[in-house]
Amino acid sequence: QNAASPIMEELIAFHDHALMIIFLISSLVLYIISLMLTTKLTHTSTMNAQEIEMIWTILPAMILIMIALPSLRILYMTDEFNKPYLTLKAIGHQWYWSYEYSDYEDLAFDSYIMPTYFLEPGEFRLLEVDNRTTLPMEADIRVLISSQDVLHSWAVPSLGVKTDAIPGRLNQAMVASMRPGLY
Amino acid sequence: MAEEMKAKLKNYKTAPFDSRFPNQNQTRNCWQNYLDFHRCEKALSAKGDDVSVCQWYRRVYKSLCPISWVTDWDEQRADGTFPGKI
Repeated sequence: QNAASPIMEELIAFHDHALMIIFLISSLVLYIISLMLTTKLTHTSTMNAQEIEMIWTILPAMILIMIALPSLRILYMTDEFNKPYLTLKAIGHQWYWSYEYSDYEDLAFDSYIMPTYFLEPGEFRLLEVDNRTTLPMEADIRVLISSQDVLHSWAVPSLGVKTDAIPGRLNQAMVASMRPGLY
Repeated sequence: MAEEMKAKLKNYKTAPFDSRFPNQNQTRNCWQNYLDFHRCEKALSAKGDDVSVCQWYRRVYKSLCPISWVTDWDEQRADGTFPGKI
């Protein structure tokens, strides 16, 4: 899905970067294997291979550093201190979510999946719910996720959020969408 | 002091960032504010002072704590089985 939050954009960019490196390495390895298998030359006295060993130690180290630096940057970016505008609590139950907005008054509602036989044409199977959760856009929202019974997980792919809902624990995630839409 | 408090309460949007609990696990944040509100209320009403200064803690714990947890803790306090020290 397309990114709808700045963090998700970074995550997608990083994923593309890492994937490109992976393709590079695997194609290099496959090429070398094919070269090895299709040559009639043999070399039976390999004793001193200092230079190539240096290369194939230093080069992967540099590649790993190139992967690690953006990764750590994004990791710390997701933990940044934000001033939340609103707090939403998402509590998992079997088998529905209940959402609470309690900054001013206690507003709480349950959100069940629409059974397939109730869906109108054009709606998404297993993704539609009876009461949708509404959030303001372009605002940092703190989502506190917990559970009433068993372990659940609350995720919104295009906003780059996936957090476990654990009974007895409140997990905090920050959500900020750049565009209006249905996520 | 009381005027600043009233101004803060009027402009209250949501529980602000608390540097005592910077990480993902906010359970302690909720618990601490619940305790702070009830301790504040108990201490000030014992002295006969104005309890409205404790309202900040109340707003914060209401924002952060799931409603079911709050009702459970209120029942426990009424029964005398509440695990925290108030």
